[in-house]
Amino acid sequence: MDILYKVLIDPFVQMGAAPDLLVQTVWEGLVSGVLYALIALGFVLIFKASGVFNFAQGIMVVFAGLTLVGFHEMGVPAILAVILTLGVMFLLAVSVERVVLRPLVNQPDIILFMATFGITYLLIGFGELIFGGNPKRMIAEELYLPTGSIEFQTLGGFVQLQKIDIAAAVIAAIMIAALAFFFQTTRIGRALRAVADSHKAALSVGISLNQIWVIVWFTAGIVALVTGIMWGARSDVSFALQVIALKALPVLILGGFTSVPGAIVGGLIIGIGEKIGEFYWGPLVGGGIESWLAYFIALGFLLFRPQGLFGEKIIERI
Amino acid sequence: MFYREAGQYKTSYAADMAVFPIRQDLIGVLLMLAVAYVAIPMFGSEFFLSSVMIPFLVFSLAAIGLNVLTGYTGLISLGTGAFMGVGAYACYKLTTIFPGVNIIVWIVVSGFFSALVGVLFGIPSLRIKGFYLAVATLAAQFFLQWCFVRIPWLYNYNASGAIEVAQRTLFDIPITGARATPETRYFVLLTIVVVLTWFASNLVHGRIGRAWMAVRDMDIAAELMGIKLLDTKLLAFAVSSFYAGVAGACMMFLWYGGGEASDAFNINQSFNILFMVIIGGLGSLIGSFFGAAFISTLPTVLKFGLPAIGIPLAGATAEHLTHIVVGGLIIFFLIVEPHGLARLWQIGKQKLRMWPFPY
Repeated sequence: MDILYKVLIDPFVQMGAAPDLLVQTVWEGLVSGVLYALIALGFVLIFKASGVFNFAQGIMVVFAGLTLVGFHEMGVPAILAVILTLGVMFLLAVSVERVVLRPLVNQPDIILFMATFGITYLLIGFGELIFGGNPKRMIAEELYLPTGSIEFQTLGGFVQLQKIDIAAAVIAAIMIAALAFFFQTTRIGRALRAVADSHKAALSVGISLNQIWVIVWFTAGIVALVTGIMWGARSDVSFALQVIALKALPVLILGGFTSVPGAIVGGLIIGIGEKIGEFYWGPLVGGGIESWLAYFIALGFLLFRPQGLFGEKIIERI
Repeated sequence: MFYREAGQYKTSYAADMAVFPIRQDLIGVLLMLAVAYVAIPMFGSEFFLSSVMIPFLVFSLAAIGLNVLTGYTGLISLGTGAFMGVGAYACYKLTTIFPGVNIIVWIVVSGFFSALVGVLFGIPSLRIKGFYLAVATLAAQFFLQWCFVRIPWLYNYNASGAIEVAQRTLFDIPITGARATPETRYFVLLTIVVVLTWFASNLVHGRIGRAWMAVRDMDIAAELMGIKLLDTKLLAFAVSSFYAGVAGACMMFLWYGGGEASDAFNINQSFNILFMVIIGGLGSLIGSFFGAAFISTLPTVLKFGLPAIGIPLAGATAEHLTHIVVGGLIIFFLIVEPHGLARLWQIGKQKLRMWPFPY
């Protein structure tokens, strides 16, 4: 009975007793959720347009962040460094399309998935070779990102918000809105949606798949750069980020592989869920449950709704 | 191969479908076994045995396990590393509790524990497949890894949190622990691998293997033909985790000689084994060996081979270079031959059989 009480009732009593802590926890979950959502967004963009499950998105975030810092260390002004990094990401997109995707067109999904593993290893190797394996400090101030924190009194306690977190949330929202606008209204956006629907039909109306893939990978590169800046500003830019990026997978499951809103909602649910779980239920089993809780949330979800929250219903035919 | 099947007549269907339809194939395998058992320990140095052959054999076992699941049944798993860990810890606990029983028995039995855990995490595979299942197995990976660190009972409340391999003997010859020579460890490991490979070969060539392949090719059609999906998939998970578990136990007890699990059984290990399976060839036992040989010896070859031919390398640079080379080779092989080294082997054999004629 004691255990049941500790699992079922005690955490909620704690939440009620200290609402300011609850707000703080939810806020922290929200922030990491935004970052998960950003990585998941990169996955979704590429998955929709090319059916490739891009495992390399996590390392692209690290690579973009490191490139930016690397350029700045060479003495390039921050803003110029961002532009140069975008150029590097574009080159990356072009070479991925030329070297990897084009020869592998029409191969089964798992082969393409494996190819992105290859890209991951290449990027890890080059990244370590060029920038070294040590974590680097993100150039947050130089990019005019706010630092420090604000505190305000609420619900009988203090809640502390990092300014950089607020900036991250705002920038993420702006970027998602911009992407939605780009997808819905522009000519290229329409082409992208057509490709996502059907490769063959898109080809038959004269859309160049190769061109679209470059654009999509470049867009994912931009998303990766933004994620890299935001994440790097909270902690350092390091290769450890790549493992954390795997958290985007449960987010995708929750939201559905093909849905942009799904990626965002899924990211927020996972972020808040795992922070609250860790804070209130984690101590019962010795802590550290953050490393797997997200996967279990997604797994439980999967058993009831295999296509995710916003995913298209999977119809199987023989 | 410079031999043909001329003069070997088959009089039954079973003879035609045999694992070695041609006598020379059988001779070839026996020859390879002879090389593995006699020539390699005789001529190989200790270094060669302990840092090339033993890792290769351990990874072959794990790759066969994953190949059963991914190659034969078509279920992607990213939890192989964790299942290997279950085997290692099970073996550790068993040999601590019952030190009198021979360690080889426990290495094999620990596979059953791993199989049990594998079945548990395989249950969602009935409803989900493809990448969704891959994420489900990631749950297994991270959860089990967490257990390895957070449950002190598993590592006997050691201060270091690591598996400590005690000395165990067979016929008074030490086979685990610090005093075991690489030769003995190699022989024990080789025997386990040979027996389990023979077992796997029988499994995939029989009724069960056909059921697995039917599920892989189209699960709904397989279900309509009367194959029970849940049983078949769970059996694949069980067999696969069994092999992974035994591989993990072998890794800890016959290769590493103890160590911390968070390094040995982490997510990168799972990926490594998936590479082996895909580079080697999905749905091919010999491919598992090719893949394991390729991926497990590549770092060693780069580390010691490049300086030998005059290209100096620092330790860290070698590691980075390994990443680049592995990544590049994965892409290269996928483009050249998506069906892996096993298919290249087959094509080569076919060409040699026809030789000197092109058709």
